[in-house]
Formats: sequence, C-alpha cells, structure tokens
Amino acid sequence: MNKHNESICSQQKSNITSLALWTLAWVISTAFLRFGAEYIWDYQPAYSIIALITHLALGLTMIMVNVKHLANLDELQRKITLDAMGITLGVGLIAGIAYEQLEDIKLISFEPEISHLIMLMAFTYILSILIGNRKYQ
Amino acid sequence: MKNRLKVLRAERDWTQADLANALAVSRQTANAIEKGKFDPSLPLAFKIARLFNLTVEEIFIDDEQT
Repeated sequence: MNKHNESICSQQKSNITSLALWTLAWVISTAFLRFGAEYIWDYQPAYSIIALITHLALGLTMIMVNVKHLANLDELQRKITLDAMGITLGVGLIAGIAYEQLEDIKLISFEPEISHLIMLMAFTYILSILIGNRKYQ
Repeated sequence: MKNRLKVLRAERDWTQADLANALAVSRQTANAIEKGKFDPSLPLAFKIARLFNLTVEEIFIDDEQT
C-alpha cells in the first residue's frame, strides 16, 4: 500500500516538475516572440510567424500537461485546484473588464497593461490555493 | 456529513497515513474526510466501505437524518 502511495506522490512530483518546465518554456517563448521581433529579426514576418507558432505550440503543450497533472490529483486536491482556477477566472474577467474601462472613462491616464492582469490572476490563484489548503487542513 | 472513520481507524490501530495509503489519497484528504470537512465522492465512499468491510451507511451518517 505504501509503495502504491509513494508511486502516486512520485507521479505527482514528476507532473508538477514537467508543468513547471513547460510553463517556463512558454514564458521564455513569450519574451522571445516580443523582444525577438524587435531586437533580433527586425519584425520580419516569416520569423515572427515561426516564433508565434512555437509560442502557441508550447502554450498548448502546457495546457495538456496541466490537464494530466489535474487528472493525477486526488479528489480533494482537484477540488482545491479547480476552485482556485474558478475564482481566478472570475477575478480575471471582472477585474480585467473594469481595468480596461478605466482609461475609457478617463479615470486613469495610462493604457491598461495585460501584464498587470496576469499578475493579479497569479496572485489570486496562489492565494486561493493557500486558502483552500488551509480550509481542508 | 458525519462519519465513524476515526473510531474504525482506531479499532484497527491505523494512523491517518495508513488510511490514506489504503485509499490511495493524500493524508490531507484522509484527514479532511475523517473530520467531516470534505465529503468523498461515491466511488471513494464505496472504497472506504470495502476497506472496513462495512456498508457506506454504516460509516457515513447523513446530517439531515440526525
């Protein structure tokens, strides 16, 4: 029985490591797409399309690895994770639309940045996971 | 939902980790089910019942009936 559980833990660790690596690759491809066009290939469309396709392929792989990771969690771990994802999606949608409107209604003078929304979503997800884990301790 | 997991586990001198291993779930999940903080799915409830050679109703108590 212990061996079975150790095998599950080992599989979960392997999935988390794999997810972290694919996420890192996707983040690097995001930076490469953005800054490569500006500093390396001077906005040549062929290179930009290749970088874009690579970026999308890495993103798709990251999603599939995340689905595999979710499938390997036990039911409480999955509930905590899915709850956190749901809250993050809701906060991202509500805050994102409100934030986008701020410039339109002249409450801010700068253009809203998508990176601010991503940071908010990351913070919301981490906080939701921590609260979820604490709730079921 | 209340349950008799703590008593059943104590009768067999099992730790929460033993129970978690037997059910192939994390210790956090075994603990949350035992404390009634998390209701297991039907397949997991049947797995728990099989582990203790009891029926689901003999382990889990519906709050609305108490």
